[in-house]
Amino acid sequence: MAEVRLENITKLFGGHIIGLKDFSLQVKNGEFVTILGPSGSGKSTALRIIAGLEHPDKGNIFIDEVNVNKHLPQERDVAFVFQSYALYPHMDVYENIAVGLRIKGCCKAEIQKRVQEVTGLLEIGKLLKRKPKALSGGQRQRVALARAIAKRPKVFLLDEPLSNLDASLRERMRTELKMLFNKLKATVIYVTHDQTEAMSLSDKIALINNGMLKQVGLPDELYYQPKDLFVASFLGSPPINTLEADIIGENALMCGKICLNISSDYRLKLKNKNKVILGLRPEDIKVYLEPKENTYLAQLILIERIGKYTILSLNWQGQILKAITERDFIGQHKRDSIWFQFDMNKLYLFDKETLNTI
Amino acid sequence: MSIKNAPAYRQSNKKYRLAPLDSKHLTGLARIFFCLAIISMVVFNLAPFLWQFFSSLKNSKELYLVPVTYIPAKVSLTAYEKVISNPLFLRYFLNSVIVSIFTTFVTLSLASFAGYALSRLKLKFKTALQFLLLLACLFPQIIFLVPLYELMARFSLISKPLALVLPYVTFSLPLAIWMMTRFFLTIPKEIEEQAMVDGFKRLAILRKIILPLSWPALATTAILIFIGPFAWNEFLFSLSFMIKDTSKTVPVGIALLSGTSMYEIPWSQICAACVLTTLPLVLFVIIFERKIIEGLTRGAVKG
Repeated sequence: MAEVRLENITKLFGGHIIGLKDFSLQVKNGEFVTILGPSGSGKSTALRIIAGLEHPDKGNIFIDEVNVNKHLPQERDVAFVFQSYALYPHMDVYENIAVGLRIKGCCKAEIQKRVQEVTGLLEIGKLLKRKPKALSGGQRQRVALARAIAKRPKVFLLDEPLSNLDASLRERMRTELKMLFNKLKATVIYVTHDQTEAMSLSDKIALINNGMLKQVGLPDELYYQPKDLFVASFLGSPPINTLEADIIGENALMCGKICLNISSDYRLKLKNKNKVILGLRPEDIKVYLEPKENTYLAQLILIERIGKYTILSLNWQGQILKAITERDFIGQHKRDSIWFQFDMNKLYLFDKETLNTI
Repeated sequence: MSIKNAPAYRQSNKKYRLAPLDSKHLTGLARIFFCLAIISMVVFNLAPFLWQFFSSLKNSKELYLVPVTYIPAKVSLTAYEKVISNPLFLRYFLNSVIVSIFTTFVTLSLASFAGYALSRLKLKFKTALQFLLLLACLFPQIIFLVPLYELMARFSLISKPLALVLPYVTFSLPLAIWMMTRFFLTIPKEIEEQAMVDGFKRLAILRKIILPLSWPALATTAILIFIGPFAWNEFLFSLSFMIKDTSKTVPVGIALLSGTSMYEIPWSQICAACVLTTLPLVLFVIIFERKIIEGLTRGAVKG
């Protein structure tokens, strides 16, 4: 168990391509932190730098307040779980788990005890004599995890460990991972591009884009108080709806042909600005079958039934909006038009130029 | 044991692989053409060997018969008896075995290290180095003959196996290094990184992780070195550096097989000797090739 601290890490590839820029992150003892970002955002680079597989051009890495910049991977006492699991193909499951312990200098009895412990924990006790090729994807995943856990490292580093599994198995493993690391009370740094995984697993999410840290916080903080448009649109499925609007008064916006009145709290913040971007989550758009006060007419262009909810795609003044409704809201009838209403209290405003939240 | 898993990694560069051409997809005419092409190629390649094999079984009278008989009318094994009972030939054979095995072993060990370095370590001038390696293959062998002879003579290696092993290793290395480098590049980096995190040192990674996974490549390379131009079949260096009769290798030995008089060329003995020298190669290839194919068809790392 340990603390990890990254201080102003900069990593360039080939001298000029930015891998990470001025990246700082603090992970407390026992915390499950997810580094979330689109592909190519530098999230894996961050993880590899912590593991010592890459070296930062600038900045410091601390594990338990010890600067480990110069330490080799094996000296950092971390465990890394790769996306491809990276099992040793020529060793059976027992060997795969044991070989690292042996190098660490554990005695035979201790190794046996630990292997038994972790394979029991992950329910792979019957597979000990199998080679990786004779395992299914899920089983390989478990072996890779078991190997990491058996090491009892200071920090677990997991690089998209679930992305090679099929959807149902991924969901199951997600739950298991959460319970497992809760039980271990381990410090975990987890990298993923899947916002659902990040939201459901983490104590804290660090959202990263183009090598730069966008926002760190509790999952809810990122979801409900996004610092900018990128954060807002990265979290949430379907993503947040955005509309351009002109500022026409102290607290009035012109969005297309309609005028919206917003809370007067914004009055000061909107000074000296002409244009904003409105953000509204699909669950905050209310739809009606009949016209009501303050509702707008839109064309209904697509209905996606995904079980408990139905996602509606609306065409409103040439822009596509997505709204989430109850499953049987639409019924079985075909309709072309529908009325909707913005929930003005849940509206996000972003500066058109800086894209920051206002 | 380890052979079976290794090429699992091929999966990761799946997109470069062509789909196997299923013979069922070929229409009638194309199919006939393909079959004809294959058959004519096989006949063309095997005909000299068959000719040799049949000749080795003929007695000397039939050998010179006009018109030619292709399949011997009467099988006679006298040529083989003569060759095997010739102590000098056995000596040549033994020399060839020793030189070739040493060459293969030394080349393979050096090539593994060099290939690993070229595929994984950050080196300055890596590209230049690889290019130089290839360059070494471009010169015709004969221009090295005199300087090498001088060198061997200076170190009094003439007629010693080392005089062959050294140049053979040198000339086999570029290809071997090239092949090992290529293969190591197909092994996913994650495996090594995992090993590093697990605490393996560089040499241990090579010894305990990489080499056990590289059996198919090692076997292929071994075959190519062994039957290639610089081990079992080499003639020029052997002829020049091996002066003592007892230190000559098989290719030279066969060329020097002589009959009872200087006007007689013992064709059937020569043919028999050739067949006998080819057999070990065939065996060698069959043994290792099975391993290679076994390796190529095994499962993958990812799920």
